[in-house]
Amino acid sequence: MSTASVPVPTALTRRKPPASVRRRRFLMAVANHSMLIVAAVVFLAPFGFIALTALMTNGQALSSHLWPNPFRWQNFVDVFHQAPIFRWALNTMIYACLATLGVVVSSIPVAYALSRIRWRGRNLAFGLVLIALMLPPVVSVVPLYVMWAKLGLVGGLGPLIIPNWFGDAFSIFLLRQFFMTIPEEYLDAARVDGCGELRILATVVLRLAKPAIAAVALFSFLYTFNDFFLPLLYTRENPSRWVLQIGLSEFRSLHQVQWNLTMAATLLVMAPVIIVFFLAQKAFVEGVTLTGVKG
Amino acid sequence: MAEVRYVQATRLYPGTDAPAVDALDLDVHDGEFMVLVGPSGSGKTTALRMLAGLEEVDSGAVYIGDRDVSDAPPKERDVSMVFQNYALYPYLTVAANIGFPLRIAKVKKAERDKRVKEVATLLGLSEYLERKPGQLSGGQRQRVAMGRAIVRVPSVFLMDEPLSNLDAKLRVQMRADIAALQADFGITTVYVTHDQAEAMTLGHRVAVLHEGHLQQCGPPRELYERPANVFVAGFIGSPAMNLCTVPVSNGAASFGGVDMPLPQSVVANGRTSLVIGVRPESLEVAEEGIPAKVDVVEDVGADAFVFCSTELGGETTKLVARSEARKAPRQGDRVTLRPRADEALLFDPASGERLEL
Ligand SMILES: Nc1ncnc2c1ncn2[C@@H]1O[C@H](COP(=O)(O)OP(=O)(O)O)[C@@H](O)[C@H]1O
Ligand SMILES: [Mg+2]
Repeated sequence: MSTASVPVPTALTRRKPPASVRRRRFLMAVANHSMLIVAAVVFLAPFGFIALTALMTNGQALSSHLWPNPFRWQNFVDVFHQAPIFRWALNTMIYACLATLGVVVSSIPVAYALSRIRWRGRNLAFGLVLIALMLPPVVSVVPLYVMWAKLGLVGGLGPLIIPNWFGDAFSIFLLRQFFMTIPEEYLDAARVDGCGELRILATVVLRLAKPAIAAVALFSFLYTFNDFFLPLLYTRENPSRWVLQIGLSEFRSLHQVQWNLTMAATLLVMAPVIIVFFLAQKAFVEGVTLTGVKG
Repeated sequence: MAEVRYVQATRLYPGTDAPAVDALDLDVHDGEFMVLVGPSGSGKTTALRMLAGLEEVDSGAVYIGDRDVSDAPPKERDVSMVFQNYALYPYLTVAANIGFPLRIAKVKKAERDKRVKEVATLLGLSEYLERKPGQLSGGQRQRVAMGRAIVRVPSVFLMDEPLSNLDAKLRVQMRADIAALQADFGITTVYVTHDQAEAMTLGHRVAVLHEGHLQQCGPPRELYERPANVFVAGFIGSPAMNLCTVPVSNGAASFGGVDMPLPQSVVANGRTSLVIGVRPESLEVAEEGIPAKVDVVEDVGADAFVFCSTELGGETTKLVARSEARKAPRQGDRVTLRPRADEALLFDPASGERLEL
């Protein structure tokens, strides 16, 4: 028997990369992180400024101090006494929810017809959708205003909500692109198993397209929640229909400017968006990168 | 239970000039396992989808039982289908996937659960019922797809290349399972594959398609021994049959210097050439015969296939012979190949049809 023993490894030991490689990795990590930190500071600075000002007294807000002293939490209570925030929030929710519901309900069948049903003129119709997508909204604002005025709806939320129930070019485009990636086999399998076309849309397609639909709803909600232009155009004259964004901008002129209260109100208005984003972050990111997503 | 009949069934895809399936006439008996085989693009999938109602029948008709279903939507045909990529719903559990057709058919939940359990036991899926398809291996997914197709006991069972995504070993095993399942249930089955070995081992009868035309339909042995034409002869069997065009003179064909006597019926009408077909097992490495040079030797265990090239009528021709592995020549050797005249098949060079001897 030979005594020359080969060392038998008892456990896998991780090979340590050579020093030069480790040094390079370390420097890369430092470089990446410092860039991310700088970017984060740039993006967060205004937010931090708002948050700090919202906690100051009015006198301090006008001074050059950056740190609140004392912390005045009362601002968040005062805001509600000084302005009908609940009224505005309710209007915003009515606008954002009904518009989002309308976009989803009306865009899905259109996108389905543009992607999964074969008919003459389909490509032409899709071309029109693309043109609508490229048209800046400002172009159609005046004729639309005239139309709503003739219908007697200016001053209310109708002109903001109703158009969304007639489809939205971007949502149709996004959903169509997603529907196109659903393998035909799924639909064929459902057909053979006894589903009709409507049933297929309602069960199979909607389930498979859930991330895309969530993304569309999210985009629409955020857009309408943050929308300033259309509410200003249609509801400026009627304070009972103001949404948060309008209310916020009018807040300053309504009373004498109180920066601490203005910032507190701003913070309150931003909060839902931030919360929605954190809750739906996954769907949001998926929506942005949809073209690369596979089922 | 039902029989299936294609009567002059034709499918011309819009925007193409040649029919994908051209005037197909095919009868599948009640309870029969019929395999459609052919190279890629020969129209197998199209023929199957016409039967499922997923593709229109442009002319002719398709019958299931006594009923003309040419214009019936899929859900009225009582067929079920296993797709190449299985088409399992990723958001449903295995149990829900198998139970899907029953749910659509509004079968009560208790009954549904019972049937799903039965099928799962039959297919060895009981442990996986609560998993999603994404958490299964390829073979298990394949079984779920089979389960979904079998659970409502259809009149006709359709499968489109169900094994093509599996590795070789699993494929052979699943092949046996599918055959057993079909025999147990006795459901009329139409099975599509491009793999002639799969066709030969599974089918009660095999229909060979080429460019949308049915070439021949018969039991596997018949296709092997009595192929209707040059295409079937070359497609069925592995390695493929040697097919060579050879000159005819004085009542004999000259196959690379070897004279093969021809029966009177073949010589009578004054042909000057013939296509001669010799399977590798009918071509042996011998002392005398057709001189050839060995290109490659494929050792498959007991046997070896000897791939050679030779000069026939001034053209380089490839020939394959079978030999015992231990006696096989080596690459580069010069050998002589002797065809067994009584096992050779003869084909008309113009039409490609086999000549009855
Ligand atoms: N949707 C389609 N549109 C146009 N041509 C098609 C379509 N599907 C298949 N074909 C054509 O029909 C022929 C047969 O296709 P197929 O039935 O899929 O063949 P196989 O399943 O035997 O590979 C092919 O030439 C293919 O290109
Ligand atoms: Mg195919």
